[in-house]
Amino acid sequence: MTQSAAKLTMIEAITMAHAWEMQADPSVIVLGQDVGANGGVFRATAGLQQRFGSDRVQDTPLAEAMIAGMSVGMAAQGLKPVAEIQFMGFIYPAIDQIVNHMSRMRYRTRGRLHCAVVMRMPHGGGIHAPEHHSESMEAMLCHIPGIRVVCPSSPARAYGLLLAAIRDPDPVMFLEPVRLYRAMRQDVVDDGVALPLDRCFTLRSGSDVTLVTWGAMTLETLRAMAELDKEGISAEVIDVATLSPIDMTTILASVARTGRLVIVHEAARNAGLGAEIAASVAEHGLYDLRAPIQRVTGYDTIMPLMRLEYEYIPNVRRIVDAVHQTFAD
Amino acid sequence: MRTIAEFAIQYEQVLDASGALVGTLPAFAQDTAELVRMYRMMTLARMMDAKAVNLQRTGKLGTYASCLGHEATHVGVGAAMDPADVLAPVYREYGTQLWRGVTMREILLYWGGDERGSDFAGPRHDFAWCVPIATQTMHAAGAAMAFRLRGEKRCALAYIGDGGTSEGAFYEALNLAGVRQLPVVFVIVNNGWAISLPLSQQTAARTLAQKGIAAGVPGIQVDGNDAIAVRKVVAEALATARSGGGPALIEALTYRLSDHTTADDASRYRGAEEVRQAWALEPLVRLRNYLSGLGAWDAAAEQALHDEGTRQVDAAVADYLATPRQSTDAMFDTLFAATPPHLAAQRAMARRYAASGSGH
Repeated sequence: MTQSAAKLTMIEAITMAHAWEMQADPSVIVLGQDVGANGGVFRATAGLQQRFGSDRVQDTPLAEAMIAGMSVGMAAQGLKPVAEIQFMGFIYPAIDQIVNHMSRMRYRTRGRLHCAVVMRMPHGGGIHAPEHHSESMEAMLCHIPGIRVVCPSSPARAYGLLLAAIRDPDPVMFLEPVRLYRAMRQDVVDDGVALPLDRCFTLRSGSDVTLVTWGAMTLETLRAMAELDKEGISAEVIDVATLSPIDMTTILASVARTGRLVIVHEAARNAGLGAEIAASVAEHGLYDLRAPIQRVTGYDTIMPLMRLEYEYIPNVRRIVDAVHQTFAD
Repeated sequence: MRTIAEFAIQYEQVLDASGALVGTLPAFAQDTAELVRMYRMMTLARMMDAKAVNLQRTGKLGTYASCLGHEATHVGVGAAMDPADVLAPVYREYGTQLWRGVTMREILLYWGGDERGSDFAGPRHDFAWCVPIATQTMHAAGAAMAFRLRGEKRCALAYIGDGGTSEGAFYEALNLAGVRQLPVVFVIVNNGWAISLPLSQQTAARTLAQKGIAAGVPGIQVDGNDAIAVRKVVAEALATARSGGGPALIEALTYRLSDHTTADDASRYRGAEEVRQAWALEPLVRLRNYLSGLGAWDAAAEQALHDEGTRQVDAAVADYLATPRQSTDAMFDTLFAATPPHLAAQRAMARRYAASGSGH
């Protein structure tokens, strides 16, 4: 058992979590397009087929609906599929299987069958990828009852949350921010210790404003926090991490202390997850608010190709401006 | 038990890898000037392709999907289609598109991350590149339905890759085309590899052409490195479809001589020997040899073509690099026919942040 910490990228931490759980649990099966010999288009499953063989790390034919449906079948019969959808923009053929079967297998059989499936997918933009390769459609998934949606924002959280996702007895959509795959290295201990699902992570405590975000936007939000520090504004930064169900307890407790809330997400604004968080705070924490809630989001348009990509993605300036709004009279 | 149905898949080849005539020369190929025209376009596509890969390597283009090795299929299809027909491409069939009037500049703009690359100067009715695998096959069937309903003598042609034939969308489109006898032709570019997955792991079927049989759509296999054979079978299929004879499925056998895209490294999963052998079958040499044998091509012509190609490609690259980035308004202005108020407000906001220089 390896216990020493290594400086890892998020992609390496994801590979390591796969390996740990495949070693520990023979029912874990990795499947997807190009996950075997190629080790995944982002190298998330690099080396796993060599180590665990082509029965446990399966290159599938090119068909997302099949990947999801096959996972339902395997999971209902006792395996734990960890499936990769090559990019979030290609999950749509799989949605029928996720909505009509994976998410409700337990419910409609009253617990007789269930789907312990993880579906991993690269999420979001910021790496100048081609068309349809930079999508942030988490709100669509969060609208589906019966599945969890998880989005890590650091190598260590990717490791711990992926372990938790694989061990969870219910379906988990695991959204991996492509912009963070190789953006940083962090000490990650390969100890097989999972992090809790359904919990926010408070990345830094603060007293004046609560910044709620997830995925790649944690980077921009932490940079905005540093800018605000210079102005003497103390921001608390919360990484939602599990996007469905949301840990509103942590968010409400923070808002109760700071009185201000800014929600930051890369996805489009309309019916985005920011709306759900804002509505929950309005329901349960309205009297704690000293200013209207602000949202900093992608625009309600298509994620542009790379030349305009960073005009779409929220940045430090927009976040800081939104915080200033919460201090405006 | 008795046999109630039997099926066979025909294979077409006109020129072998050396350029020797091994099949029946179709009528269009009697016109040597037409073959020269095809050879020129195949060469131009390859020259543009090499330049695009270099641009990506030097940071001047985004991820790019090379067409290296597919030139005969792409140009053969382009030459077989009528300008009024509709093309539903995948994302690397530049030879077809260049033949039909899409410009090198547009191709570079698209892969350079600028949506204006999909706003073809011509042909205006063709579909844009299609990254979500196999979805375009249904669009071609729908386009063919439109032609049928309006009584137009036009056809739709959809490309798909070998990997794409595993998608449900492909079978659904094929089934629709068969049951409604639509004027649509599906061309499978079987280049052996779907990123890292070889065909042997994609399907147990002996051919991909036979996938049409279950849908009542005739399937034929063609040497996809033989531009004459490709043009011949596609032209025949289009003629049948145009005259109400129904759809066809054509499997063009070729090879992806490049990585899947510039973001891929095929050496991780594919042996060098296989690639070396595939180079022996590549499409340009055989057509050049054939034309040389007829006395219609020589080293001087080849040099002149390369000089002209270099000028064309360099001009397209210069034009592409000199194209200013779109304003942020472009994110909003073509989403709806008329921009709703909430988007107009967001458009104004994007302008403010662009003007303040807070972009990346």
